[in-house]
Amino acid sequence: MPVPLNWRRFPERYLLRGSYCETCKQAFFPSRAICPNCRRKGKLISIEMPRTGRIISYTRVHVPPEGFKNEAPYYLAIIELENGAKVLSQIVDSNPEKIKIGARVKKVFRRIAEPDEYGTITYGYKFKVIE
Amino acid sequence: MQAGIIGYGVYIPRLRIKVSEIERVWEKSAGGLGVTEKAVAASDEDACTLAVQAARIACEDFSIDPKRINAIYVGSESHPYAVNPTASIVAEALGTSHKYFAVDMEFACKAGTAGLQVCYALKKAKMIDVGLAIGSDTAQSKPNDPLEFTAASGAAAFFIGDSKREVIAEIEYTCSYTSDMPDFWRRPKAEFPEHTGRFTGEAYFKHVINAAKLLLEETGYKASDFDYAVFHQPNGKFPIKAAKILGIAPEKVKQGLLCPLIGNTYSASTLIGLASVLDVAKPNEKVLVVSYGSGAGSDAFVLNVTENIEHRRARKAVFEIIKEKEYIDYALYVRHRRKIKSL
Repeated sequence: MPVPLNWRRFPERYLLRGSYCETCKQAFFPSRAICPNCRRKGKLISIEMPRTGRIISYTRVHVPPEGFKNEAPYYLAIIELENGAKVLSQIVDSNPEKIKIGARVKKVFRRIAEPDEYGTITYGYKFKVIE
Repeated sequence: MQAGIIGYGVYIPRLRIKVSEIERVWEKSAGGLGVTEKAVAASDEDACTLAVQAARIACEDFSIDPKRINAIYVGSESHPYAVNPTASIVAEALGTSHKYFAVDMEFACKAGTAGLQVCYALKKAKMIDVGLAIGSDTAQSKPNDPLEFTAASGAAAFFIGDSKREVIAEIEYTCSYTSDMPDFWRRPKAEFPEHTGRFTGEAYFKHVINAAKLLLEETGYKASDFDYAVFHQPNGKFPIKAAKILGIAPEKVKQGLLCPLIGNTYSASTLIGLASVLDVAKPNEKVLVVSYGSGAGSDAFVLNVTENIEHRRARKAVFEIIKEKEYIDYALYVRHRRKIKSL
């Protein structure tokens, strides 16, 4: 990913910054330009998402996309954050038997990708299961 | 109130390798290092991610709003970039404002305590509200080198302020003892550091003991005045020996001695020991802290624990944090630490 494009996503990737509609009280991640519920009547503001949530679905990836070959197999989950917004994230630092639907998870800061030894390192969120 | 510590956080990666496993692979003994296992960063962790995790824990446990941070100093000898600061990434990941002093520091294992001194000085000069000093390392070691038995990963973050409601340990005094003594180094393009074997012990004791003596001389305290002593811990033996030389009872070192269970976390080593002491310290207790960085130098501190410690504690003590672990064998260790060259 080009450096400027990655940089523009730092708030989303580092802080889980998404949007919240003050009209319908719904949170969205990633950010939306327009509230899909309220359209023109919607009033979106930028907010930091909660750092904890629950797994609502997960899978174990054995055939990863390019750039993630050395990480496979790894767990990928859809997480419902405490404000209802949903996030797709890798699950790390967790015993496989504890990675299940309903498990509580917390955001951690990790390396996401590294093109080679010369390019920039992409950092961002992953989640881990908490007791 | 005197400037001091208002919060701290420790992050130790989950993976562990036993020293006995490294001994098995290379068919040699680690000798009497006094270390049983070491913490290993996963392949998607580095000194920057460890630093962010430690600082985030400190913010949460001690209710510190990142927007108050005006200075960030990250000490490490394993910064992920040669050029491009770790400090600015840490700040962005914490969600600070953009009005802050920042620089990455390097002085082998004492860069973290050097950051603590800078934050303390800035606070005394009233140039900042809250300063953040971090020691974080994913220490490198050449396979089959004696360093491999101990070189570990970890981070500790300390917030410095002077609010009467927040300070849990006042920094009463600090000084440094420094000289040109190259006992451990890494040239710019070298992947692993080199060292001088037993000469590193000579450098360690010369600087640690002289810094402690300098501090005692300048403050008028006696070694027996301290309730706890924390020393840099390259192995499990040196801190005990340093205490004995200074006339400090070994029991006063135990609470801050983590190296036997997590290895040498380099820039984080002394700071993790200090965090562990603050986990149990009581008001009015006095703590002596002496770090060591090869090259070489030591930073010494006198800390006075305040009444605030009664209601401002880390949610999880360091000795509890290190219980969350997963053992790996040498094969997984070299995979995670990227020592397999074809990768």
